[in-house]
Amino acid sequence: MCLGIPGQIVEIADAATNIAVADVSGVRRRVNVTCVAGGDVNDLVGCWVLIHVGFAMALIYEDEARKTMETLISLGEAQEEFDAMLAGDRAVAGIP
Amino acid sequence: MKYIEEFRDPKAARGVIDAIAQVADEIGATRDAPVRIMEICGGHTHAIFRYGLDKLVHEGIEFIHGPGCPVCVLPMSRVDECIEIAERPEVIFTTFGDAMRVPGTGKSLLQAKAAGADVRMVYSPLDALELARRNPARQVVFFGLGFETTTPSTALSIQQADREGLGNFTVFCNHITVPPPIKALLDDPHMVLDGFVGPGHVSMVIGTRPYDFIPQDYGKPIVVAGFEPLDLLQSVLMVLRQIAEGRAEVENQYARVVRKDGNAASLAAVHAVYEPRPSFEWRGLGEIDKSGLRIRDRYAAFDAEVRFGVGYGAGPRKIAEPEGCSCGFVMTGRMKPTGCSMFGSECTPETPLGALMVSSEGACAAYWQYGGRRQAAETELADPR
Repeated sequence: MCLGIPGQIVEIADAATNIAVADVSGVRRRVNVTCVAGGDVNDLVGCWVLIHVGFAMALIYEDEARKTMETLISLGEAQEEFDAMLAGDRAVAGIP
Repeated sequence: MKYIEEFRDPKAARGVIDAIAQVADEIGATRDAPVRIMEICGGHTHAIFRYGLDKLVHEGIEFIHGPGCPVCVLPMSRVDECIEIAERPEVIFTTFGDAMRVPGTGKSLLQAKAAGADVRMVYSPLDALELARRNPARQVVFFGLGFETTTPSTALSIQQADREGLGNFTVFCNHITVPPPIKALLDDPHMVLDGFVGPGHVSMVIGTRPYDFIPQDYGKPIVVAGFEPLDLLQSVLMVLRQIAEGRAEVENQYARVVRKDGNAASLAAVHAVYEPRPSFEWRGLGEIDKSGLRIRDRYAAFDAEVRFGVGYGAGPRKIAEPEGCSCGFVMTGRMKPTGCSMFGSECTPETPLGALMVSSEGACAAYWQYGGRRQAAETELADPR
């Protein structure tokens, strides 16, 4: 929860609600980008961000994203994040 | 040597470890009279154990594992209140997975789910919002848990629900803040700390100014740190150098993510939605003034405590802890996890009794998870080069 996970913003899904799509190690997730938006939300496409519980909380460099992902994998936290994302998808879909 | 080879840059790590040893010797730190450094964040605790940092550094450095794991400091009474809400037939109770196994006085959320309550693990409050949209006949409650890192996510979700007029979405707010428990620990006459490694991602949100009281009022150094092992080692070195040079300052080792003023958009959302509670209960630490947040009246429609009449304000509260549990002593640095008579017997990660055994960020779970691996490495550590 507190370590977050890096991802790259690949498209803006809904500019009105600051919802973007991020690529997180090949997995596409909807993320809220309010905290990193600054000016035009469309400028975020291509940027790397640190994502906490579905919210992009900081802009980071690609190299930092790569190092952070390596640390998360080493700590076993990357898998925990992916498992949590899947659990969330199932919960929303009503799959027990 | 086993652990240091796992570092991305073992040579750099060795250099920092050597520098730590040099400064530790300079200030006279020994195993019997160690420099005690508290890492506040549970993520840092996990990383210290994963990489065996406490064994790699000079023996005169002692890590004290701080109260920075939100699941670990969650009191049983709040778990009971979650279950009280979750067991209502109209409720879909959503929570991060970490909180599922935290024991209440009667049962955990996992046990409540097994008994028929509609408890669902989610990744994000955005999942809870989506559930509320898809289930207009149900009440969707999100278990708002965490320090300043996750507080903006629930604040923004409440504001989104407000904009959409979602009348069936509420947050059970258990958000807590880092500075008040640090102050409480520093005011504790039993506590002897020489410095702090500050939390990285909390500081990403709040900046570094909220820690100014630590050097100014208590004369202790604090260095905000990243999560890579080299970040932590460098931060320890920065704390030691402050001590050696007679300085006490707030320093930022994690400047690539943390700014002095934090994240303005996050802070604006948090201040709009939340206000400090007069006090909040921490497991093992008791009630601490202004350490928790509650939802402002403006957003009361999204406050599960208001909607369901539970929690603070609903009546007198009794602070309950499992009998014989030593989490409070461990959390304040007065006992190592292995000093607790329940550790590894009644209390294991599979059947946690105390909160510190529940989350991978808890000191007891970390001791348990890496204990065997560390014992195997002890002989190698005797000859580190």
